[in-house]
Amino acid sequence: MSVGDYIRESQIWKSVFRHPAPYDRRNRVVVMLTNFFLHLHPVSIKQNGIALSYTWCMGGITFFLFLVETITGVLLMFYYRPTLEWAFNDILALRDVSTLGVMREVHRWGAHAMVITVWLHMYRVFLTGSYKPPREFNWVIGVILLKFTLLLSFTGYLLPWDQLAIWAITVGSNMARATPVLGHEGPGFQLLNIGGYDLITNASDARFLLLGSKFVGEETLNRFYILHCVAIPLAVAGLIAIHFWRVRKDGGISQPL
Amino acid sequence: MHLDPHPNLTSSVIYGLGFLYLVQVVMNLFWTARCMKAGNHQRLPSVLGGGDVPVAMWWGMYTALLSMVMIAHFTGYRNPEAFSLLLPDWFKGSVDVCVNDPKLFFLISTLIFAGIILLRKTLATDTAGWMLFNAATLFLSLSLTDWDFRQIVGKPDNVPIVGMLFIVGFFTWLFFKKANENDRRIEQGLRPLEAENNEKVLVWPDLVYTELIVMIALTAFLFVWGVLLEAPLEEPASSVKTPNPSKAPWYFLGLQEMLVYYDPWLAGVVFPSTILGGLMALPYIDFNKKGNGYYTFNERKFAISVFLFGFLPLWVGMIVLGTFLRGPNWNMFGIYEYWDVHKLEALNNVNLSEYFWLYGLGMSMPVPDATSSFGAQIATIVWRELPGILVTLGYLLLLPSVMAMTVFRNFAFRMGFFRFMVFANLVLLMAALPAKMVLRWAFNLKYLVAIPEYFINI
Ligand code: HEM
Repeated sequence: MSVGDYIRESQIWKSVFRHPAPYDRRNRVVVMLTNFFLHLHPVSIKQNGIALSYTWCMGGITFFLFLVETITGVLLMFYYRPTLEWAFNDILALRDVSTLGVMREVHRWGAHAMVITVWLHMYRVFLTGSYKPPREFNWVIGVILLKFTLLLSFTGYLLPWDQLAIWAITVGSNMARATPVLGHEGPGFQLLNIGGYDLITNASDARFLLLGSKFVGEETLNRFYILHCVAIPLAVAGLIAIHFWRVRKDGGISQPL
Repeated sequence: MHLDPHPNLTSSVIYGLGFLYLVQVVMNLFWTARCMKAGNHQRLPSVLGGGDVPVAMWWGMYTALLSMVMIAHFTGYRNPEAFSLLLPDWFKGSVDVCVNDPKLFFLISTLIFAGIILLRKTLATDTAGWMLFNAATLFLSLSLTDWDFRQIVGKPDNVPIVGMLFIVGFFTWLFFKKANENDRRIEQGLRPLEAENNEKVLVWPDLVYTELIVMIALTAFLFVWGVLLEAPLEEPASSVKTPNPSKAPWYFLGLQEMLVYYDPWLAGVVFPSTILGGLMALPYIDFNKKGNGYYTFNERKFAISVFLFGFLPLWVGMIVLGTFLRGPNWNMFGIYEYWDVHKLEALNNVNLSEYFWLYGLGMSMPVPDATSSFGAQIATIVWRELPGILVTLGYLLLLPSVMAMTVFRNFAFRMGFFRFMVFANLVLLMAALPAKMVLRWAFNLKYLVAIPEYFINI
């Protein structure tokens, strides 16, 4: 008996994987049904639906990048404190002090890559007409995922707390001042007033809600940190679960009718 | 000795470029081999004596040329002053003239978009694709000999954008290649290729192994990228030192570019929301049942053209413009041009109401009387801006009806009133950006409707 077989026959291995190694047809079916990670997939699938030239693998790559971002992000959180005193210095220290410093690079380039792959995924879904019935609603979920992907990237951009970061966020969030009705420089903000007092000011408008302050400051850093590390990732994870579930329920990857 | 602070060539640049040419040599070697295997021949024009030559010969010659260029880089890097493989100034000058003006840039990107669609049969072949790819890599390699080009393209956060241009180009090419093939088949009464040989296979191993390989390759790719290119970290944040230019993150630069033409409430709030809303509405607007689950162009000409116009020139094109061409004071700079803070661009834009009252009628502008009642003030403002208000309302309310009765008759009939109005307004809002650009360039138009009193400028 080879070492590999010995391991695969052991009680430990069997208790973890719940099925014999997928060598024959039967067990290749069983593995898909009994493994938690694999049960996302069906057991068998139309050959042309999984051709790389058809899906470009872009949805899958986006999902994988999301996982990479989660793992590297958690590692970065060990070394990073979201305060004016430490944020910049902690990132600086990642360069030469921390052994896992390259995680910052992987995290940043992975984030850029994810923005690009999510666009390309949408591009491919559009070009194969896969948003047409019965997949309309999964496309809608996709658009929300697209928005959250951009927001993830945007909130993360602030965290290094360098010049690049605060000014990009300042420019990006200045728009919120001009939100119709809800921004203090937006059309119609005067509509919301009580007895001559404006309800919408620079300390109560949409931008203030986003930044937690009148300008990009420590409150903003804290707010973006929580959005970036907790709130948005949870929302994205939930939406991805629904997205995948819908891919299956809508009949698998789209194919000619 | 006088040292140029911005040298076009240094030893390390030349040496590094050598590797870029090495990559091109290797990939063209493979291509030459592929052509040799295919064994295609090409008839020479009669001036050159007629006769057949193997296609592989051309590629062999090109590869040989690239090899010589590469060797020159690896041997001549020690003496950058004497190195002569540079982009000539006249070339840089002419490229810059084309790209440092938003008019020409937009015109050219629209022409490229139209060219892609009209010439799709010619461009989406393997040979044409390979030639385009070679042209792009060669252009990049030669451009990297320019100091200013390196500054802007080599910014760590901009590197992914250069990569994205290649990837978007590749996938657009791939789409048309597959769509052409299916369109041909459909013309012959066959089913699309995706419907052929579509047996069911087991996910383990067919899909699971692909996924595993992709994951390993991507992980390796990210680590190599991470080691080669350091993530940017500038000076610590300072709320008093405003950088010039101040740019949003790169994926929002298309939106930031809209700020040149529209006020923030439109460019920063209404239009982005419309883009997202419009995308979500898309499946409920497109009533065409064809083209579901396979690549085709002919069966979905309108939908694909509109989407490609939005994605290529408007989204990707504006990101390129915002990232590579917008410099200090948000002025336009060519890709080989120095970012001079003192570059001046005269701005004297005029509002439609000023055109109307001052120049058209030769009268003075109606001014709301600060002592009169609120209603009277509003009335004066509306009166003052009436021309623009009418134009805007006409654009959003009247034009859809005109569209419904003329070019989009068929659409209006099949969509019904409400759905058609949504569709027409989305298309018109998408066209609002190019429309305003043209008005700005043609008439120096600032605002169609200018009500700064209430932040309503259109
Ligand atoms: C975080 C973002 C996203 C992830 C992780 C994701 C993941 C995936 C995956 C893995 C698939 C399976 C097929 C494939 O790989 O192409 C898929 C399918 C699909 N996605 Fe996404 N997606 C995301 C965003 C989007 C966006 C932005 C859209 C569209 C606006 C979208 C619309 C769809 C649709 C309609 C399908 C079904 C395609 C078909 O059946 O051919 N998704 N998605």
